[in-house]
Amino acid sequence: MSILLQNGSLKGEKNVDILIENDKISKVAPANSLKDDKAEVIDLTGLIILPGLVDLHTHLREPGREDAETVATGSAAAARGGFTAVHAMANTLPVADTAGVVEQVWNLGKSIGLVDVYPVGAVTIGLKGENLAELSAMADSTARVRIFSDDGHCVSDPVLMRRALEYVKAFNGVIAQHAQEPRLTKNAQMNESELSGRLGLTGWPAVAEEAIVARDVLLTEHVQSKLHVCHASTAGTVDILRWAKGKKVNVTAEVTPHHLFLSQIHCESYDAKFKVNPPLRTDDDINELRKALAEGIIDVVATDHAPHPMEDKEGEWSSAAFGMTGLETALSVVATAMIETKLMTWADVARVMSEKPAEIGQLTEHGRPIAENEIANLCIIDPNASWKVDAKDTHSLSTNNPFHDMTLKSKVIHTIFRGKFSMKSGQVQK
Amino acid sequence: MKKHLVSAHDLNKDEAVLVLDTAKELALISDRPVKKLPTLRGRTVVNLFFEDSTRTRISFEAASKRLSADVINFSAKGSSVSKGESLKDTAQTLQSMGADAVVIRHGSSGAPHLLATRNWIDAVVINAGDGTHEHPTQALLDAYTIRKHLRNNEGDLNGLKVAIVGDILHSRVARSNAILLKTLGATPIMVAPPTLLPVGIEKWNGEFSYDLDEVLPQVDAVMMLRVQQERMSDAYFPTTREYSRNFGLNAQRLKTMQKHALVLHPGPMNRGMEITAEVADSTNSVVIEQVANGVSVRMAVLYLLLGGSNSETGENN
Repeated sequence: MSILLQNGSLKGEKNVDILIENDKISKVAPANSLKDDKAEVIDLTGLIILPGLVDLHTHLREPGREDAETVATGSAAAARGGFTAVHAMANTLPVADTAGVVEQVWNLGKSIGLVDVYPVGAVTIGLKGENLAELSAMADSTARVRIFSDDGHCVSDPVLMRRALEYVKAFNGVIAQHAQEPRLTKNAQMNESELSGRLGLTGWPAVAEEAIVARDVLLTEHVQSKLHVCHASTAGTVDILRWAKGKKVNVTAEVTPHHLFLSQIHCESYDAKFKVNPPLRTDDDINELRKALAEGIIDVVATDHAPHPMEDKEGEWSSAAFGMTGLETALSVVATAMIETKLMTWADVARVMSEKPAEIGQLTEHGRPIAENEIANLCIIDPNASWKVDAKDTHSLSTNNPFHDMTLKSKVIHTIFRGKFSMKSGQVQK
Repeated sequence: MKKHLVSAHDLNKDEAVLVLDTAKELALISDRPVKKLPTLRGRTVVNLFFEDSTRTRISFEAASKRLSADVINFSAKGSSVSKGESLKDTAQTLQSMGADAVVIRHGSSGAPHLLATRNWIDAVVINAGDGTHEHPTQALLDAYTIRKHLRNNEGDLNGLKVAIVGDILHSRVARSNAILLKTLGATPIMVAPPTLLPVGIEKWNGEFSYDLDEVLPQVDAVMMLRVQQERMSDAYFPTTREYSRNFGLNAQRLKTMQKHALVLHPGPMNRGMEITAEVADSTNSVVIEQVANGVSVRMAVLYLLLGGSNSETGENN
């Protein structure tokens, strides 16, 4: 079984033909130069070829909340969004804080086979922030965990954070911190601002994120470990990251598509589909986050895909769940926010949505150059598409998509996962 | 008028004055031996209270009954947060019971807004206090009370200065009052320690101060807000004594105010905390009258929002 991709634009830079045999790229040649009678020939004229996208931050909800998402439905949504690898967050029920749970998720991903599912391990037992989980056991398991996170909760105890950073050095792990000072964000509902005051919603101040990022950067430097900052959301966080990178601290950071695109003004509707943690911020924050992503101060885009059933989202704001879906819209949102605005090129998108995330996750078969003998994980995009998002048109079990009814630019057309279409012409190949 | 009253922003100046004028007319009913008008006969008003509030509920109940509406009291306390019945299900239940108006009190800011905008229900929605967001009928009754004493019960509140003192951060009364006073031409001045003023207060339409003594001589009315017990244990201020010393209204402070100045309080009062008994019972105090005015103002709101669309009048243009 082989596939011949004809006349596609490699990262928007030059047109090529690509021959895929079995799970590998066997040839990359100038456009319209390859012929193969046995191969399935796909014309990619006008389309962009990127390495398959890699998400560092996905909530697949299984085990425990299969009403919101499963590894199967989340994998399908990922394939449709152009992803060939996702990192499943640890806040499941039970929590992914043992080798057993991470291996279960890993095996589920394998058996579904639409995308590689890499489990993220919890830093502390039950995400409680009290005792370290068995990090080494998860690292040594068949799931080969390298990223550890209590995402949803901040490892707020400075001693525990220090120990975690130190401990993972033994197996080259990284701590991905959900930066949120808990005392400063008690019952917090939205970005603290003039608007939160007006709406009567308890504020989530930017400083509650920045104080933790600053502390963690200093701890990371002190113990010479590796830190990844989840969902950076404020201009102040960008300043701290810039300072830390200037000092060569081993810190990376992600930004979500929604924080690049949506501002707090949406909270005015009291529609809880805009309720997310960290909250939507101001236009100034959005501009700084975009610049930081283009500049490399923020390394990657990660979706923080957080599916929730309707009943947890349609009620009153303060009792609604935090989070938004994002796998199927991520590439289009990034293209609209970063390419349409000329802040980035397609090669930059490849960097922030595939190459760098794979590097942070220490994946050897994703985010690689599109070259002979590499595993064929590819994402193929129509850069001229313009489409209106319909929350109900989804492979996810949940419809809490904040981009519903918005028009986005660019669309993923095909996804090739380990040499086979996982999504072809918009259809996920089950 | 807009269909619903969710925020004080829903009223422009003419509409706010119309509510006050209507309340003035309806107040006359309350002085009659038979305190009842047939206006809303056959219409159903539901008091949907997710939070305890005896005062506001009975005020709306009295207002509805004086207009001859059928009143249903629906106490749904606690059902939102615990996985009980959702707001949507409750709304749809009321819809099938044929509610014409829903008076909603909810602990979550924005709940009345959802009820008014989500097409769950056709009824008129009246916000009787939502979380730390708004309480527009309280602002209307405060404006009515001020107008009655300082503007001869007519027109707007142009040129008046009103201090709102206390826990502005958590007060729905303060928010609605700040908006409505501005709409009616008055200047609200928010007075509180910095910890109890919301971030971004400088962008609100109005003034603010940390110094009650400086503000009091300038104002025509002062509205003292209740300080909730839970604030006292959450480091918003060092001690209740210090709060009281700096922000409590006592007889000495009252003397620094203009002779005509009014003292208002939405109740229930913490006597000895934000207001001394002496001040609460002084001639400047209109606290008791506020309660009566609350009924008149709520009658006016129900009358204007429900009466206007009454098919009985045969108007259908």
